Formats: sequence, structure tokens, C-alpha cells
Amino acid sequence: MSSERFQKKSSDTDPSITTASLPDIIFMLLIFFMVTTVLRETDIQVRTRLPEAEALTKIDQKRLISYVYVGPLKTGENSGETAIQIDDALIENRAAIRTIMYSKLQEQPKLIVSLKVDRESPMRIVNEVQQELREAGTLRINYSSSREATS
Amino acid sequence: MAGLLDKKRERDEAEINTASLADIAFLLLIFFLVATTINVDTGIGMTLPPKLEDQDPPPVKERNMLTVNVNDQGDVLLEGEPSSVARIREEVKTHVLNYGQDASYSTGPDKAVISIKTGAETNYDTYIRVLDEVWMAYREIWDGIATSNQLPNGESAGLGQTYPSYNAYRASLGPEADNVIRDQIGAQISIAEPDLGQ
Repeated sequence: MSSERFQKKSSDTDPSITTASLPDIIFMLLIFFMVTTVLRETDIQVRTRLPEAEALTKIDQKRLISYVYVGPLKTGENSGETAIQIDDALIENRAAIRTIMYSKLQEQPKLIVSLKVDRESPMRIVNEVQQELREAGTLRINYSSSREATS
Repeated sequence: MAGLLDKKRERDEAEINTASLADIAFLLLIFFLVATTINVDTGIGMTLPPKLEDQDPPPVKERNMLTVNVNDQGDVLLEGEPSSVARIREEVKTHVLNYGQDASYSTGPDKAVISIKTGAETNYDTYIRVLDEVWMAYREIWDGIATSNQLPNGESAGLGQTYPSYNAYRASLGPEADNVIRDQIGAQISIAEPDLGQ
């Protein structure tokens, strides 16, 4: 008698779990990653192999940062020559840095300039950039560097 | 013939199979998972000196200044003595924490200035390594204060409690709160313009 009842029960129920909500869950995850993804908007034309350092600080507020890239050109006829890039454009005239940075400072008074400088660059160029930044009044800078591989 | 037509009408509620929708969504999800880079910008923070209009920088007593010179080849001169990058950290610590004892070092941590001067052709990498050592010297001093709640001269730092590290102390501070440790022993690093002549 008991075995009969058991058999009946098992034949009644549908063993498969409904997968209808699975796409919804996946879509939710998908939308999350689509929203959080930041695609690189600038095309970096100079090589920047960052130096390594130990005494690092994190910049949490990404919107305060403006990048200055310094390093040898990747392509073109002057390939290998050290150049300065801000946003999408290469800076031909060093004095242009102060006008660009000054206008950026007007938009964001708490601007932090992150210097992404290639480790082989001579200090002469870094100093020129720093003098221009002083002229512009953007005094908060950050020597972008990665964590030391050792230790 | 008529029978065939009837049969067709019967199954007009046919649906598209949605089982593959999950697969498509998964594919897109994996693409964005791979393409996403959540990278936090790290680096050595500095504040440049403001532009001076026809006025000399404030005078600093010679004994309070620890000069670090780096030439184009990357050789280090510490107070005029040939040295190495590895020795900078200890030298900076003794200089800052001298409290007027040794006449060749600083009179006090609030007066001590570290001056870094590079050559025009010095590698940026070398400069960052030197700067990193100077910052690490200060970090180690600050770590010592945070873990013991005592200034290096034995006075209480007034933190109220001890912290496992300086970073932990900083993390505990609110955005507007004063950093007591840095108020008492602040890093004063001066970056001289490289020699462009010769």
C-alpha cells in the first residue's frame, strides 16, 4: 500500500526546475558590468612604462584626475622621441600645458594631475612639465607608479 | 486536404524557445567581465610649490637641510658625500629625528627639509626611487608613532589609542579631520630644478 502511494507521487511531480528566470539574473549581471565598464576614451600615443615604488597612495576620486603622459612616441616618423600628451593630443609647444591645465583647473578646483611618465624619460622634461604646472597653478600632482613586484 | 488545414490551425500557439537567451546573455556577460578593468590609480603624491613672484624662497638653515643630489648617471650624493639609494632612508630618519643632538643634522622634525636635486639627464626611474626612499623614511616614522602613540622624543602623540599602522590611522580619519601625526612630523620635501647648464 505504501509503495503504491510513493509511486503515484513521483509520477505526478515535474522534476525539472524552471529556467525562465535565469536570463533575468544574467541580464542583471550583464547590465551591472555594462554600467561599470569604462572603455578607454583616449588613445595613448606615447609609451609609458611606469616606475615602481613602495610609498604609494591611492587616488579614490577618479573624477579629480587629469593625466599627463610623458614618454617616447610609439609610432610616426619621430618614433622614440620623448613627447608629452594630454588627453588625445600631443603637445608640440610646452607653454600650451599651462593654458590647458589652467582651464582644467577652472572646471575642477581640486584637480590632481597624474603624471604618467615613462621610467626612461630624462628629468629635464619632467621638470619642464612641473614648471608649466606651477604656472597654471595645478599644484597637486601624483607621480603615477605601480607597486614594487618584490617585497 | 481539409483535415490537414484543421491540424495546422490547432497548433497556432507555438512559442519561440527562450532557452538560448540565457546563453546569449552569458556570452555578453563574459565579454564585459573580461573587458572590465577596475584599476585604482596609485602613485606618489606631491604638492608643487606655488609660483613665486620676484621673491626669494624662505631661508632654511643649512643644518636643517638634507641635500640629496643625483647626477645624470644616477649616482647619489648625500650631503656632499658619495652614497647610494639604499642608504637614503636611514639617513633621512636620523636627520628628521635628530632633535638638535647632532650638529650636522636637523634641529627638529618641524624644521627638517629634504632637498632632492637631479641632473637634467637623470632617469625618471632613478628620481622616483630616491623620492620613494625619502617617503618611506617618513612612512616608517609615522608607522612608529601610530603603533606606539608616542612621538620619537618620548612625548605622547595624542592619538588616544594605538593603530596597527599609519595607514590604519589615516583610514580611521574622517575627510575633514586633522591628521595629528602629519601635523607634528610633516614631510617637507623640496624638489630643486635640475642643472640645465654646462
